[in-house]
This record gives sequence, structure tokens and C-alpha cells, in this order.
Amino acid sequence: MARNGILEVEDGNLLNTLNMLWGKLFEKKVIDALLIPQELPSGISVVQTLVRRPESLKDPNPLAPVLPVNSARIVSQMTKVAPSQRRVGIVLRPCELRALIELVKLKQASLENLVLIGIDCFGTYSIDHYGKLAQEGSPPTEDFLKGVKEGSEDSSLREACQSCEHPIPINADLIIGLMGMDFEKSILIQASTPEGEAILEALELKDSNETEVAKREKAISQLIAQRTKKRDELLEQTKRDVFGLENLLKLFAPCINCHNCKTVCPLCYCKECFFDSPTFEMEAEKYLGWAEKRGTIRMPTDTLLFHLTRMNHMAISCVGCGMCQEACPNDIPVSNIFRLVGSRVQKIFDYVPGRSLEEELPLATFKEDELQEVG
Amino acid sequence: MADNEFEPNIVGFLCNWCTYTAADLAGTTRVQYPTNLRPIRTMCSGSVDPVYVIRALLSGADGVLVGGCHPGDCHYVSGNYKARRRITILKSILNTLGLEDERVWLRWISAAEGRKFAETVRKFTEELKKQGANPVKEYWST
Repeated sequence: MARNGILEVEDGNLLNTLNMLWGKLFEKKVIDALLIPQELPSGISVVQTLVRRPESLKDPNPLAPVLPVNSARIVSQMTKVAPSQRRVGIVLRPCELRALIELVKLKQASLENLVLIGIDCFGTYSIDHYGKLAQEGSPPTEDFLKGVKEGSEDSSLREACQSCEHPIPINADLIIGLMGMDFEKSILIQASTPEGEAILEALELKDSNETEVAKREKAISQLIAQRTKKRDELLEQTKRDVFGLENLLKLFAPCINCHNCKTVCPLCYCKECFFDSPTFEMEAEKYLGWAEKRGTIRMPTDTLLFHLTRMNHMAISCVGCGMCQEACPNDIPVSNIFRLVGSRVQKIFDYVPGRSLEEELPLATFKEDELQEVG
Repeated sequence: MADNEFEPNIVGFLCNWCTYTAADLAGTTRVQYPTNLRPIRTMCSGSVDPVYVIRALLSGADGVLVGGCHPGDCHYVSGNYKARRRITILKSILNTLGLEDERVWLRWISAAEGRKFAETVRKFTEELKKQGANPVKEYWST
């Protein structure tokens, strides 16, 4: 059973109040280090930072509506070789958390000694859009939260966010609950694991009352309903755009084989990508042979092979964070296509990526009496 | 048979322990079947990564046959069950994108089933003739 504490917001300043919370986590020895997004000195972007000394926690801003990288990748980088020996608090958005759970199942990350802190997510802008807003002068985070409070859905949010049906963190020890809260006054801190409860205890927060929890629940279900509708529309549209070889080739026509989508994908888990391997280093005769057969071939080769293969490897675990689409220099709707095929294959196995650590990856297990229509 | 009748090219990924041996058996027992299949011996149907199947299709194969041991009979205990999940995902993705997943067949053919092997190739060839050539051949821009 989840326990909820109330964090009173001091002077209506949510970020400052959260800063005090991070400081308290250090002070109470709940954590030895913290992975948290901070404002860059230039003020035009926010990046993940690893903080070992609390006094150097300069400008943390986990509420900034921008997601430069899916931090599951960062946690994987930090813990893949050997798990952390010290307690590290990890502040993540829901899509980052879900990707992290998938990476743990893929044995590419370890949760040992990590304290997972999830934050309710209202969505994010592209890095570019965020930078422009920041340069225009008024702080994007404040403006954004104001908009959220007024209940307006921001049409400048990334497409992936506008159609995200998972705005609430799951599998976190501690959840920073913002939805449905008057976050100039107070927010909910929810403990959803025994470890989280111990932390809540240490933070000495007062218990929330049921109305506050109910308010949050209501706001959550409203947002999920709205975003699910958006998602369904997006997937329908994507299906029309992509269906058939001719359409597919049209969509991937601007692809320059940069493989950025693979590089930023939190779930592309192979240590060495097949497409970067010597398998694809071939002598001139090979290319000439293929060109001879068809008259002409597109160079560089294997554009569609790359994308279709990645779909086969990844779609089952795709959390829909949309990083691939952000990284595409030519605005190919890669994420939309992945979410479309992902939703289909995930349904076959009733699998929701990031839902549970215990649920086995569909490709790592099987049932004897299934799928007999295929083979 | 008319000279200009379309003859499909089928790439077969055949498990060493069953379907590949069944192909051998069909040969040694002189069971006739169409010559449209190009067999590739693999150690297990479970070792056939979808990338090979996609590569074959994008290179212009009209069909791809993955042949493995009957469920419960895998030489490596469970490779064929894993193949079934992988091919299911592959077919679902092809289908979602409108890419004719009927061009991919997964069949269980044991080492003793030379006739079943011949029959499978015959049926697949027939189906592909009805379906026509893989349209990917008309595009150089894949």
C-alpha cells in the first residue's frame, strides 16, 4: 500500500522547496549522490548531472519541460560494468523509469543501491523549442507550470508527450506527485516501496489526507484519457501514412543512415550494433553485384533493412519516449512508427514495457501451446 | 508449363537437425518438388535473426521459409519456441506496415518427413505464384 506525505511549498516556490528536499536526502544520509537535471550556466538548456557534494547542487530543475536524453541510458552507463557501491538517488521521468526497468531486464543496468525518484510528467518540449523560449527571457519552467495549472494542453509539447498515456511514474521508490495539486501550496510525496516508506519516515513529512490523494487520482485519469485519445489518433494517422511499401519508402526517403535514432534509443541494448559490425564492411564487387542485379541501388545501402531490423529487435520494449524522432536530422516520424508497431507486438504478448521487473521479456521466454497459427 | 510463367524464389532457413535433413530425405527417396527453394542450413530455427529474413525479402526473395523441429523436439530444447515468438513479431510488424507477411512461413518438419518437406515447398511455391512477384523488386530505393 502506497503511503503519501505532504510537502508544503514554501513561499509558493516549488523549485526551491524541492531543492530543500534534495538537500534533506543528503543530510539524512538517504543518499550519497544524486542524478538530477540542472540548468546549464547559459540558461538555455537543462541536462542530467551527477551530484556528489550537496553544496554544489547549484540549479537543479527536474521540472523543466525538456528531455535532452532518456536518462535510462545514463543509469545503464553508470551501472552496467558494476553496480553502484554507494546510494544514488536517481530523479527520472516516467518514460525514463520504464526504459530503465527494461534495461535491467536486459541486464544492461542494475538497480542495486539506487533510490528511484519519479516525477509526474506533464510533457516536454524539444531541446530547440525550450532553448528558444529560454532565450526569449521568461523562465520556461514557470510559464509551463502556469499553463499546466490553468489546465491548458500545450500544443508545442513533443508529439510523443502529447500522446503519452504514461504520465505517472511506476516502479519508483518515491514519487513526486504534482498532478491535481495546487503546487504553489503543496505537493504529494508518495512512497511506493518499503524503501520509499523508510525515506518518507526519515523526511518527517506529515501524512496527506484522502481528499488530496483523490484529487491527484482524478487529475491523472483525466490526463490519461485525454492523451490516450491523442495517441489513438496519432497511431491511426501514422498507420495511414506508413501503410504499404510505397508509403514506407516515402517516409524513409530522407533517411541519411546516420543511425542517430539507434544511438539515442534507451533500449537499443546491443553492446555492438550489428549494423556497425564488419558484416557490413564489404568489397566493391559486392556492391557492384547488387547494382548489376537491379541496375541501380540506393547508396549508402540498407536503409530500410536497418529500420525494419531495429523494429524487430526493439519494438517489444519501446516505451515511446520519442528520443529517436528528436534525434532525426530530417524529421522522419520514427517514434510514431515505432509506437505503432510496438503497440501491435506488445498486445500479442500482453506486455507493457517497464510495467514490472518480474514480468519476463517476451523474447526471453515462451509458452508451449501458443501462436499455433504462425507455426 | 508456359515459359513465361512466374517462378518465385524462396529462401529457406532450414534447421540442421530436422528440416534440412528432411530436404535430404526427400532427395534420397526421390520425392519430386519444385526447384524454387534455395536452402540455407542453420543450426536451429531459433538462430534465425529476423534481420536475415528481412534482408532476403528486401533483396527480392518472393518468399522465406523458416523450417524447424516440431514443438517439443528441438535439438536445443527450446530454440523453435523462441523462433515462433520471433517470427510472430516479424510477421506482425510486416503486417502492420502493409508488407505482405504471407511471404514468410514458419513450418515444423522433422528429419523423417521428407514428403512433408516436398509438400510444403510445393504449396508455398503455388501460393507465391498466386500472389505474384515481391513488389520490392520494382524499387531500387530501399
